[in-house]
Amino acid sequence: MAEAAVPSGELAVRRWVAGSGQSGLRVAAFLLAPFVFVLLLGPWLPDWLRAVPEAWSAPFVGWINVIVGVLRTEEIFGLLTFRDMSRAIANLIDYPLDFVEAILVAGFSDSVPGLPWIAVTGLAIVLGWYLQGRQLGIIAGVCFAYMAIFGKWELSMVTLSVVLVAAPVAGAIGVALGILAYKRRWFETLLWPVLNVMQALPHFSYMIPVAIFIGIGHKAGTIATIIFAFPVMARLTILGLKGVSPEVREAGIMAGCTGRQMLWKVELPAARPTLMVGVNQVIMLCLAMVVLASFVGAKGLGHDLLNRLRSLWIGQALEIGVVIVFMAIILDRLSQAWARKEPEHMREGPFHVRHPFLTAGAAVVAVSYILAAFIPALQLWPKSLSITTAPMWDALIDYIIVYAFDYLELIKATLLVHVLIPMRDLYLLLPWSALLVFAVTLGWYYGGWKVAGIQALFALYLAFAGFWERTLITAYMVSFAVIVCVIFGSIVGIWAASGPRRTKIVELILDTFQTFPSFIYLIPAIMLFNVNDFAAIMAIVIYATIPTTRLTIFGLRTVPHDIVEAAITSGCTPRQVLWKVRMPLAFPAIMLGINQTIMYALFMVVIAAFIGTTDLGQEIFRSKADNNAGKSLVVGLCVACMGLIADQLINAWARERRKVLGLA
Amino acid sequence: MDAKIACRSVWKLYGRDPEGFLAAHGGAPPDDAIEADGYIPAVRHASLEVFPGEILVIMGLSGSGKSTLVRCLSRLIEPTAGEVLFDGQDLLKIPARELIEIRRHKMGMVFQHFALLPHRTVLQNVAFPLEVQGVDRATRENRALEIIELVGLKGRERYYPRELSGGQQQRVGIARSLAVEPDVWFLDEPFSALDPLIRREMQDEFLRLQTMLQKTIAFITHDFDEAIRLADRIAIMNEGRIVQIGTPEELVTRPTDDYVANFTRDVAREKLLTIASVMEAPTDGQPLSDSVVRRTDRVADVARMIVTSEVPLRVADDDDRIVGVVSRTRILDVLFSRESGAGG
Ligand SMILES: Nc1ncnc2c1ncn2[C@@H]1O[C@H](COP(=O)(O)OP(=O)(O)OP(=O)(O)O)[C@@H](O)[C@H]1O
Ligand SMILES: [Mg+2]
Repeated sequence: MAEAAVPSGELAVRRWVAGSGQSGLRVAAFLLAPFVFVLLLGPWLPDWLRAVPEAWSAPFVGWINVIVGVLRTEEIFGLLTFRDMSRAIANLIDYPLDFVEAILVAGFSDSVPGLPWIAVTGLAIVLGWYLQGRQLGIIAGVCFAYMAIFGKWELSMVTLSVVLVAAPVAGAIGVALGILAYKRRWFETLLWPVLNVMQALPHFSYMIPVAIFIGIGHKAGTIATIIFAFPVMARLTILGLKGVSPEVREAGIMAGCTGRQMLWKVELPAARPTLMVGVNQVIMLCLAMVVLASFVGAKGLGHDLLNRLRSLWIGQALEIGVVIVFMAIILDRLSQAWARKEPEHMREGPFHVRHPFLTAGAAVVAVSYILAAFIPALQLWPKSLSITTAPMWDALIDYIIVYAFDYLELIKATLLVHVLIPMRDLYLLLPWSALLVFAVTLGWYYGGWKVAGIQALFALYLAFAGFWERTLITAYMVSFAVIVCVIFGSIVGIWAASGPRRTKIVELILDTFQTFPSFIYLIPAIMLFNVNDFAAIMAIVIYATIPTTRLTIFGLRTVPHDIVEAAITSGCTPRQVLWKVRMPLAFPAIMLGINQTIMYALFMVVIAAFIGTTDLGQEIFRSKADNNAGKSLVVGLCVACMGLIADQLINAWARERRKVLGLA
Repeated sequence: MDAKIACRSVWKLYGRDPEGFLAAHGGAPPDDAIEADGYIPAVRHASLEVFPGEILVIMGLSGSGKSTLVRCLSRLIEPTAGEVLFDGQDLLKIPARELIEIRRHKMGMVFQHFALLPHRTVLQNVAFPLEVQGVDRATRENRALEIIELVGLKGRERYYPRELSGGQQQRVGIARSLAVEPDVWFLDEPFSALDPLIRREMQDEFLRLQTMLQKTIAFITHDFDEAIRLADRIAIMNEGRIVQIGTPEELVTRPTDDYVANFTRDVAREKLLTIASVMEAPTDGQPLSDSVVRRTDRVADVARMIVTSEVPLRVADDDDRIVGVVSRTRILDVLFSRESGAGG
């Protein structure tokens, strides 16, 4: 924020706060004072300043449900209701969905079978080889062969076909919106806040409205997946187009490009690296969502996983989890290899020399069909030969329960009694007015009046949406999980950043874990701690530690080298270098990691509702049962608001901090 | 002779409402007003002309407005006020479609950081301006091949930019800008990103091309040695203003202010100055040598002859008439006391 635009009174306050001496402490005291004041005042506050009485809560749920009702039943122009229209549009998705599924597994009719599993596996090898090299080809082949041999072929192919349909559609929508926003300023101002909210909404909030307008089923799951995945593509398209170097754009203009030529021949190709990051993310989000979309009836791996978890068949659930993990790894590796792939020189010669991989692919398909016609086991791996790992997992779990159950119970009980329950009771005392004061003070200090205003809006929404207590319970679970994540993540991060080999190994592990759909993380939590609050928190912790660890490593490793050298030459011990130089400089990056951890935790807390919690997630969950679209959206927005409050404050703070440290 | 491209009283201000601000001050706001109102003056009241076949070099410190001025000439940037004339036609008034046509056929530009399209081969990059015009593939690739050969990249047509060195990439940039056979050629610090040896080589290459092609050129650099090697005339900019335009010799001998003088201070004058700028009027009865030098000779080339002669030499013009004399003291001044203007 330009100082010139700040009125002098405000400037004086800022100067005074940031004044000389112990300025860090002073700033913190100034920022927290109003909050603490309201908190201490708590017992004497009128009730409505603590929790908004039900009668005063804004009837958001009712309003939305009225709108939903109108859209469902009222006809537009006396022809169709909105629901009819959305169903008609949704029906369009059936064609590609059926088509891809038919190719991959289902077949077009009895006489035209789908691709044999060896064909798909062979194609995966060719693709991996083409995109990166032999190694990736082998990994791809192993992953797909595993799916077949371990008896999960059909489920995997159904899930894969949803990803193969949803990802291009979501990508296309995202690119189109991104282009429009890039070309039209007003559309961009409109789009950004929508994207921000959409990306902060938990998965489930998309599902119920979609289910209501389209109906429960595979199709609804696909549509929800598309809606969930396109915002990231829109965002990265805008970023990519804006990041095209001005010189390259000028070169296009000087060559005499028209607007359209400019876009298609210059700007989009030059933005390719960023766009490809988007493609990778869209694919991974699609996979994460399609697994969850089993809640609204999407078929495939997620559906089976859900059923197994519901019946607490942990061994079988783990087995499916492993397949999902393989799917995630291979989709991520392939799309990343695609992103990195540079255009190559074409060799001269006949078709098969110019296009060796196309030829190989065609040969794989032809040979597989012929072989499969004679050997049915190559068409579909027979059930009798399938290997199952479920008994192994069950044995492992039994082992753990026999030998570790007491300890696990002890840990659980201790934490619950001495930490979690007191913390929760403490949180439940928090008046909404204190949150409001807190958010506004911080927002104003780090971002100016505009940020303060937006913060106030978020806080007021939380207060008046009618789910204040649930919000607090969510906040308590998330904060506890985040604290654990931060402690754990920064320790691992510091350790990993201390040597290049460690960094590489840990980053590889993190990269892999990050690609797993969040649903997967429930499995070990349930396995160890059964179904309760504590297990939910554990699931959150496992999942949400990743970003803090990752950004701690990043922050520490990107501290400018000369600064570290200067510290060493001025006689710092390695410990001093870490705590006095590298950590402070890495701190903005670490904060951004914590920010992401909070977002991850909020997403996970909603998913964890599945294993019985009493927070907002549970409300969303229940709204699904009684088809209450209004409630699912309002509660979803509560979760989003919590995320956005943290996100905006931390980002404003980090920006300020980087400027001070001269890192920006 | 009419200017090929010219600008008159061009202003470019950045800020909240540059047009309104200029209008409020009658088109010529004083410096303190610009600063007080928070505007950034990238170009102020600049006028210049470039004649057909001429190389005009634009020089100045970083941030002095060179790029902005040249982008106003090519209308990549819309000037806040002023006129830009291309073949006598005001570029600011013509419709967008016509501007595209002019760019497609009459202008070429080379950029400091090459600005090649990363996803295209050398051949495709060079053919790009032709492709945009809709020239068919065979024609445009033939033409591109010709130019690639001209800039010395034959054999690398199928390389991608990432596979080329900086100097080679800039050759591609040059080839691309020449593909449409433009009349006017803009070069924005084309060699600044290259290391000194390659830069030197590229300058020679550039001069070789120019003797063949005879383009009208606006060339930006902040390196005065480069400027004197290439320039017919040099325009020097300071804080958005053009402070002096003239031949290299004029700038060295008659700088208008300290800023210009600072630029020229370290120049090897003997290589730049001609005898004309150091000769004196002959005085009667002075003993003179029999040898004669021409007034267009560079000092460096004839210095030895003059310095070894006891008495001054005569100076002849193109028609062999004696127009002055030159003494060894004048030459020694040039050679050893670079600070004092040799013209006196
Ligand atoms: N889009 C813009 N917005 C605001 N100020 C600008 C903008 N473009 C250029 N300027 C300012 O205009 C002035 C002239 O910039 P210009 O790029 O023309 O300088 P230059 O002489 O080419 O410098 P260099 O040698 O570094 O390339 C600079 O002070 C610059 O900060
Ligand atoms: Mg410049």
